[in-house]
Amino acid sequence: MEGILITTQKALHLLVTGDQELWSIVILSFSVSLKAIVLTTPPAMLVAYSLVNGNFPGKRVILAVFNSLLSVPTVVIGLFLYVMLTRQGPFGDLRLLFSQTAMVIGQILLCFPILVALGFATINAADRRVRETSITLGAPWWYTILTVLYEVRFGLLAAVLTGFGRIISEVGISMMVGGNILGYTRNITTAIALETSKGEFAQGIALGIVLLALAFVLTTFLTYVQGKQGMSK
Amino acid sequence: MIHKKYIFTAILYIFSAGSILAEPVRLATTTSTDNSGLIKELLPYFEKETGNELLVISAGTGQALRMGQDGNVDVLLVHEPEAEKRFIQAGYGVNKRAVMYNDFVFVGPESDPAGIKGESDAISTLKKIFIEKHVFISRGDDSGTHKKELVLWEKAGLKPQKSWYREAGLGMGRVLQIADELNAYTIVDRGTWLAFKSKLSLKLLAYGDKRLHNQYSIIAVNPARYSGINYLGAMSLIAWITSIGGQEKIENFRINDQILFIPVAVKN
Repeated sequence: MEGILITTQKALHLLVTGDQELWSIVILSFSVSLKAIVLTTPPAMLVAYSLVNGNFPGKRVILAVFNSLLSVPTVVIGLFLYVMLTRQGPFGDLRLLFSQTAMVIGQILLCFPILVALGFATINAADRRVRETSITLGAPWWYTILTVLYEVRFGLLAAVLTGFGRIISEVGISMMVGGNILGYTRNITTAIALETSKGEFAQGIALGIVLLALAFVLTTFLTYVQGKQGMSK
Repeated sequence: MIHKKYIFTAILYIFSAGSILAEPVRLATTTSTDNSGLIKELLPYFEKETGNELLVISAGTGQALRMGQDGNVDVLLVHEPEAEKRFIQAGYGVNKRAVMYNDFVFVGPESDPAGIKGESDAISTLKKIFIEKHVFISRGDDSGTHKKELVLWEKAGLKPQKSWYREAGLGMGRVLQIADELNAYTIVDRGTWLAFKSKLSLKLLAYGDKRLHNQYSIIAVNPARYSGINYLGAMSLIAWITSIGGQEKIENFRINDQILFIPVAVKN
């Protein structure tokens, strides 16, 4: 077994030399998770908005359901989706198992409750007068929604980034419904799991560095925009 | 209802567009062929020579057979003759061909506390480990290797105890790493062993029993069971891997000049 220093050196070498396999895995990871977050954000925000401002029975129950979904393990989502998408399952005819689309769907299921729960907390804390003023001034309903969401955009951005951080770092769903197929469904986390199982730690560490760098960039970005918001007040 | 399904499918096509044109061939194979690097070596040749795209999912033989049974893959490369026979008899698979073989070997710590070094009888090897109660790592994942190991324990008439017998539930590579860290014995296919041995301090200790033969076969998933099975693609992989060219590629796949899998499909 080689030392940790040599392994890390090899990892950095892979990163800076632009190892094609490594970077294609990184790109795949981002492409899948970006699709998932882009498709999830608008409906999740609408749900969060209606849970704050809507007037219908069972609001608390729905909110409680979303909150409890926050703690569902990714392998359970993976298993659920596997059973749905397998050829003998209800959606078997779509032939989606072991595809990027299946990974996107799984990640949507994972981040939807996160965005709803965090979105709810953010919108709930918004100044009520924004909505009331907008309605009083005769704005159409969709414009009112946009106004309120815009008012709390930094909080919502934090929610979206949290959701993105969660799905790009998850491994259970991607492994189960993606199948870890090289060049097709192998993403950062499943590649790390595989490379570790093969005893090839260098590539695993290199990919780990990419994830860490991403976390750092997202956090810094968030701190920066929230800082700006704080100053403008 | 039908309409909804079409719309759903259409949406999915839109954001998966550009990835594939022709229907790819889905192969489920065992971790031993994948972890050893064989599949990665063969894949580009197959794709180039037949024009088919190959998607490889690696899992234990048990899980691979299940994927075939459920119609989630088109073709299987596995190594558990008994389960394969049942799979075909039940009508899940067709056109089985023998592809290659190697053997299972016992590896363990250099100190060899159970004294199995040089042993060529698999049963007495297990008996020695059993008597010494030295830690033994089992795959424990319903894979071909795991099944083989269980059959051997049964033949030896022994029931290993939990105090020293550990079931990992992981692929071959991980199990070798665990055995290495815990200075334990384990059973491994020669291909994975050769691929991993430079990274481990474990030593090859016992092999050579006929009962340790490890046969790999390729089976197409029965196209009559599910619509949309890529049967032609599956057959093109079977044809390619059992062709002279494919078999030569297997024979030429070596690590430190040692052959990992001995091809058997083409005979003079």
